[in-house]
Amino acid sequence: MRLLGAIVAAMLVPGAAGAAEIPQAERRSGYSFMTPDTKTMQDDDTANPGMLWGLDGEALWKRKIGSANKSCADCHSDAGTTMKGVAAHYPAFDKALGRPVDLEQRINLCRTNHQQASPLAYESRDLLALSAFVARQSQGAAIETGSDPQLEPFLAKGRELFMQRQGQLNLGCANCHDDNWDKRLAGSAITQAHPTGYPLYRLEWQSLGSLQRRLRACITGIRAQAYDYGAPELVELELYLMSRARGMPLEAPAVRP
Amino acid sequence: MAAALINIPKKAKRGDIIEIKTLMSHIMETGYRHTASGEIVPRDIITSFTCRYNGAEIFRADLFPAIAANPFISFFTTATESGKFEFEWIGDNGFSETASASITVE
Repeated sequence: MRLLGAIVAAMLVPGAAGAAEIPQAERRSGYSFMTPDTKTMQDDDTANPGMLWGLDGEALWKRKIGSANKSCADCHSDAGTTMKGVAAHYPAFDKALGRPVDLEQRINLCRTNHQQASPLAYESRDLLALSAFVARQSQGAAIETGSDPQLEPFLAKGRELFMQRQGQLNLGCANCHDDNWDKRLAGSAITQAHPTGYPLYRLEWQSLGSLQRRLRACITGIRAQAYDYGAPELVELELYLMSRARGMPLEAPAVRP
Repeated sequence: MAAALINIPKKAKRGDIIEIKTLMSHIMETGYRHTASGEIVPRDIITSFTCRYNGAEIFRADLFPAIAANPFISFFTTATESGKFEFEWIGDNGFSETASASITVE
């Protein structure tokens, strides 16, 4: 009984019994946990359904919209050169807002500020298409998020949220993704939570989805109240996760089971 | 916006067996799902796929609600002559998309 009490007490103290953070050399992309079939699907551009969004995004990139009647290409010209490596820096600090914004928010800021068009809804086909197209230009580039010193307080908040136990299951992200990533949960691999491939095509979703969608699904899974799309907490968590994956190559649009 | 991705070899030797891979953007809504208020989400699927090789039909498939979104269809054929592969997807609500790809046979 005393032993059981000790175990329960250990579980109640956040981080007390937890393993350390994953050493740099042991970091693995979600890709390495997948079956050969799913890997093949991601590697072949004509079998990767994420590329369908990429194609749509390429068309949207050139389409003139808003009362400014400007397309993305009018300012940024050829995405193949101007957007190369850009997604590998997001979420990034926005001076005007004084806080970090993710790639989807950056696209919407561009729409409202420069194209004078209405922002696109989170997870809408068009926003996913544009973010997939932009992220695709950084495929293979090393993630560099979080090097800006202005991001420090937000990074700290994101890290705190990652460690924080919450919800009816009283779990923090770290309890699975730092401590138990070499195990399985209900038959699925618990991965290390490196967001190397977003936006990505999940076979379970039968669609492309953003990192925020994934985070909200995880938060619901631990029976906690998920933050709304675009909430600062989600962006801070994205920021922490991306900086935690710094140096790993970007795979967007990836495929995951 | 519907988009198709086609993968066939650009060149082949006469008599070679070649793989043709196609991916079509489609939600493939089964017609069996309900909304939160209990109404049925109407079926919206691709029902037929055909491939013609220089005008002659070489492959046809009927698709059903159990097929996942963004159907990936791959099949093999023998490269007989240079020319064009034409693909057609037909589905509910007047869905109709075409794509084509050329091959050089030596």
